[in-house]
Amino acid sequence: MSKLPQSLANNPKLGQWLDFAAPGRVTVRIGKVEIGQGIKTALAQIAAEELDLAFAQIRMAAPATDTAPDEGVTSGSLSIQDSGSALRLVCAETRALFLAQAAQRLDAAPETLTVADGVFRAADGRRTDYWALAAAVTLDRAASGLVAPKPITAHRVVGQSQPRSDLPDKVFGLRRFIHDLDLPGMVHGRVLRPPSTGASLVSAPEAMADGIGLVRDGNFLGVVADSEQAAERAAERLASRLEWRERDALPDPALLFDWLKTAKAEMQIVAERGTPASGARTHGAEFRKPYLAHASIGPCCAIARWEDGALRVWSHTQGIFNLRADLAIALGIGRERIAIEHVEGAGCYGHNGADDVALDAALLARTMPGRPLRVQWSRRDELAAAAFGPAMAIRLEADLDAKGGVLAWRHEVWSNGHSSRPGRAETPTLLAASDLAKSFPRRLSINVAPAAGGGAERNAVPPYDLPALKVASHRVLDMPIRASALRGLGAFANVFAIESFVDELAALAGEDRLAWRLARLADPRARAVIELATARAGWSGRARRPGRGIGLGYARYKSNGAYCAVVAEVEAEREIRVERLTVAADVGLAINPDGIANQLEGGAVQAASWTLLEEVRFDRRRIAIAGWEDYPILRFPEAPAVAVHLIRPGDQPSLGAGEASLGPTAAAIANALHDALGLRVRQLPLDRARLAQAALA
Amino acid sequence: MIVNGRARTVAAPDEASLLHVLRGELGLVGTRHGCGSGQCGACFVLLDGEVKAACELTVGQARGRSVTTIEGLGSPERPHPIQAALLEEQAGQCGYCLSGIQIAAAALLARRPDPDEGQVRAALARNLCRCGAHGRIVRAVLRAAKAMRV
Repeated sequence: MSKLPQSLANNPKLGQWLDFAAPGRVTVRIGKVEIGQGIKTALAQIAAEELDLAFAQIRMAAPATDTAPDEGVTSGSLSIQDSGSALRLVCAETRALFLAQAAQRLDAAPETLTVADGVFRAADGRRTDYWALAAAVTLDRAASGLVAPKPITAHRVVGQSQPRSDLPDKVFGLRRFIHDLDLPGMVHGRVLRPPSTGASLVSAPEAMADGIGLVRDGNFLGVVADSEQAAERAAERLASRLEWRERDALPDPALLFDWLKTAKAEMQIVAERGTPASGARTHGAEFRKPYLAHASIGPCCAIARWEDGALRVWSHTQGIFNLRADLAIALGIGRERIAIEHVEGAGCYGHNGADDVALDAALLARTMPGRPLRVQWSRRDELAAAAFGPAMAIRLEADLDAKGGVLAWRHEVWSNGHSSRPGRAETPTLLAASDLAKSFPRRLSINVAPAAGGGAERNAVPPYDLPALKVASHRVLDMPIRASALRGLGAFANVFAIESFVDELAALAGEDRLAWRLARLADPRARAVIELATARAGWSGRARRPGRGIGLGYARYKSNGAYCAVVAEVEAEREIRVERLTVAADVGLAINPDGIANQLEGGAVQAASWTLLEEVRFDRRRIAIAGWEDYPILRFPEAPAVAVHLIRPGDQPSLGAGEASLGPTAAAIANALHDALGLRVRQLPLDRARLAQAALA
Repeated sequence: MIVNGRARTVAAPDEASLLHVLRGELGLVGTRHGCGSGQCGACFVLLDGEVKAACELTVGQARGRSVTTIEGLGSPERPHPIQAALLEEQAGQCGYCLSGIQIAAAALLARRPDPDEGQVRAALARNLCRCGAHGRIVRAVLRAAKAMRV
């Protein structure tokens, strides 16, 4: 038997994935969740393709722990790879079982039947369909993985741009988001978070007036009211009556990168190959990325209801099973007593506060069994209490021969781990768990294994042919500022650093920066995206204009995922402005090309925002973010024009698209800025202040 | 107050937040809560035709006046040209910002039926989008403007 995709090996029964109970429809159950990336649509396309159904006949069930296959976390741009490959085999095998049954019933050879819109037709016009056959075909059987999916040449749904099935509800303002759920008897809660890391509550009122419930457990404090507004106002009133004991637990922001490089850390060699020859000189540079916030437009939200000691949670988590595992530990109950149902939230770009707010809701709801209790985070908490994408320092060195050719390349990265996701350890990582009277220590963030793409070291190994290289990662073992996964993890800063450094090396060698790259990339798919992006952006033969520049960035995400090249055009005479981004990508077999373009484009714009504007500010005690005024993001007038070009490589495995464009965009902007002004800015964000520092250096 | 062309009696007191009343008592959840302080545009509504953040308005300020929410712009059965254009351009990812953006765009097109790209971008300057759907959204507004002129 061929090796099954992991998602299928873990959830082998066909019936776990789909059923034909609804007339004229197939219900597909997946463990991956919709987070605004359009995965429901792309996976429905795969199901429609392999089952020979119309797209409109696919119903994607909301993932819930009591019905969905456990597919872990929706992260790492892996849903098409994990869920898609499992679903493709499941649907191909299901179709084959039904085809055999149809052949028997129609008394015809299977190969003489045609299948369309779920109807099996014999040559003489007699017909049956999935729903008529369903009683005779048992899906309570393990997938063999032996039925080959359709060849790419037979595809009619996959590879066509399919409008997103979830978008109309969102355009028309319908009740779609978790924020909109209104369950019978629902009450509302708000949490008053400790103002800083390690703060403890010295004094708080024992009770509230006007029928407001007060819940306290150690340093965890919340209010409960019948209406959302009453809860919000009660939280405001209560905040002014609390006394916290705080301490200076954060690093000195002026010395953040020194702290990163000197803090206790665990070192890991990520790659080491070749024997370095001694060079004529060494070029070295340090690149820096600050803490970044998720900064979703919608605040995190959850609803919890306890009944007879069992808990039901509605959540926009990225991993329903992982959340369940951590809730079970934090609440001290068996995980079989907890059910979690996924409901869509606002945009999710990594491990945000969705899991944290679920624990908040569960803790408050426990005080009123039978009542669903909804908690929504404040804007401040959304920006400042969720885990951040960690700060990183990256030291790059190249030993060069007399002509500037690279003899050896060294890359060192210092960072906290890039994952504090729940469900992976003996103690929970949920925010409030460390505030409870019976508190769980805050767990240090980890880096997932390099084989799974790594964390801080993601994309730290350069894609170029180099005679010798050494890549090392230092995971900082102190986490005063809570860090976890943000879109692309370490890839964003590593690609920014590597691709900036490549431009520096090309200049030192007197080589053209585009030619330098093409000469050192053996993989034709890598060269193809670079050639396409530069051709479409009009790279060659451009007239130089003062204050304007063009730059290139390239990476293959996780070194084994999607290929992406970005060309940035910037104008930097007065303000630093990215005018245009040209993105070229190869994601293997594209399921929904327009959905992929949307993801690549959105990633590029988000990366432009991170690169130009974003930085979490703090002092020795507190995160200095109260609202959007303290964490500006790119707005409509400044958002660059983006053009996305997809290479369709034919029959190649699908590669996730959601995170591929971010690192290359940052590097392209930095390189364009250098092209415009002759200044190399190595610390993000690339704002006026950093530009002035670079000019002085 | 007149909500989406219909007179509605609101039981909530004058000092109640219009956003809470729209989403709660009136069941119009299309107006999204984003920040609660008028900084993101997710809860934009038209108050007598003017773009306002519902989170910064009280019921008292809206009494006797006309409030238009996303539900008043159009519906799946009768989409507003902006809604049709957003779907044609697939202009959105998570979609959380789209209600407020459509309100700001509708106000723009009401006073300026033939805007250029810069004017569309300027009209949306107070609306935040985190997914990076800006370009598609701007294209959709321009497409809607064209459709409304013919």
